[in-house]
Amino acid sequence: MDFSIVAYAVPFLLVGAKTTMLIAAFGVGLGLPFGILLATARISQTGPVRKCADFYCAVFRGTPMLVQIFVIYYGLAQIGFVRHNAVLWWLIGDSLHAAILAVILNTGAYTAEIFRTALLSLPRGLIEAAEACGMSPWVVFHRIKFPLALRQALPSYSTEVAVIVKESSLASTITVLEITGYAKRLMSETFAIMEIFVVTAAFYLAINVVCLTALHAIERRLSFERHSAR
Amino acid sequence: MLHGIWVLMVEKGWLLALLRGAGITLLIGFLGVVVGLAAAIPLAILRWRQVPILSQLVDAYSIVIRGVPGLLVIYLLFFGSVDWVQRIASAFGYADSAENAYPFLIGIIAIAAISCAYSIEVIRGALQAVPIGLLEAARSLSLSPRVTFSRVTLPLALRLALGGINNVWQMTIKDTSLVSVVGMQELMRAAAVAAGITRSPLLFYCLAAAMFFAMTAVSQVLFNRAEKHFNRGFSRG
Repeated sequence: MDFSIVAYAVPFLLVGAKTTMLIAAFGVGLGLPFGILLATARISQTGPVRKCADFYCAVFRGTPMLVQIFVIYYGLAQIGFVRHNAVLWWLIGDSLHAAILAVILNTGAYTAEIFRTALLSLPRGLIEAAEACGMSPWVVFHRIKFPLALRQALPSYSTEVAVIVKESSLASTITVLEITGYAKRLMSETFAIMEIFVVTAAFYLAINVVCLTALHAIERRLSFERHSAR
Repeated sequence: MLHGIWVLMVEKGWLLALLRGAGITLLIGFLGVVVGLAAAIPLAILRWRQVPILSQLVDAYSIVIRGVPGLLVIYLLFFGSVDWVQRIASAFGYADSAENAYPFLIGIIAIAAISCAYSIEVIRGALQAVPIGLLEAARSLSLSPRVTFSRVTLPLALRLALGGINNVWQMTIKDTSLVSVVGMQELMRAAAVAAGITRSPLLFYCLAAAMFFAMTAVSQVLFNRAEKHFNRGFSRG
């Protein structure tokens, strides 16, 4: 292992790590609410809403993220309306924005699946009790269903966060220089493939460990509240 | 519009190119999963038996591969092997055939290496989930460890692993799109080439998406059927 190459690579990868974390932060920050919204749509009583959400999730879970990112970045840019609409072009025209959008749309579908199972697994009695107390559907959702579902879903969601961090690497295919983008450049620049791989892998593992530890702390906190409430 | 698409797809033959790419995608995906699974079973048994050192090595492999983007693994294997594959091939006088077969081979190895890491976890989980009482029953019948494993543990574990294997397969099919970035002529690459030449990326990437979707949807149906078959005789929990 050549440490001068490692020392050379680390500053580049740190810059890349910033972009990776930016994409991941948007993926979690906007993907999570979007996913929860989709999950509620998927269990709604209204047929068309449910069918649309089901279809959306099936498509985004059934196709590779790479295709999605290409459709968004290269495909949508082909439509004249998108190019001439300032807001849409801001979203699609910039490769970083397009990558973030793709990550949000993709993780939303997976998050919806996680929260759908969590919402479906809630004990019927609790919801009936809330309804019997005269709570409106919205109050039932945000006071009863959501907190319970969140606790159910959190372990699976932490896996999804790790996936978001990994999927953000696909941004490098549309010229965004995040960790993997820099790693590829460094590999073809220095030819020290193994060294670069090890350092890059260490970066990803470190980010994942930080995310998983944070989520684990949240998980523990949520389950602690259950004990103190008793 | 419709006529234009017809000309593009049929008369210029792009549809055929995409279908050929889809075939290669399925082939890489299938070989990747089979090779990955074949390697994962012994490795998972090592982890399950907690063989010292080897079990930790398997663990490290699985953690690194699962924690790192597939793209990075593919870069490692492609860029890391170009040099010595060329050297070995020219030493044996197969430089030309190596140039042709090489991306395909490394592509399969990369996909297999990724799917193997996930398969290890699936199979280890399934082995651990086999009820201990059944194993004790087998021992009380004085079945030898090998017979116990091949007649009791493995069949039961495979039933439990089926759902996980389905996940690995679906993931792998999607991961095959990643080898397109190093120039392998699979579905994604075919779509990119077609999009570049015809200047209609929206059409071709959407078509590629539809083909991937068809693959995962069909395999989901098949796996559901297989699951029903393997779960016959077990009450639905």
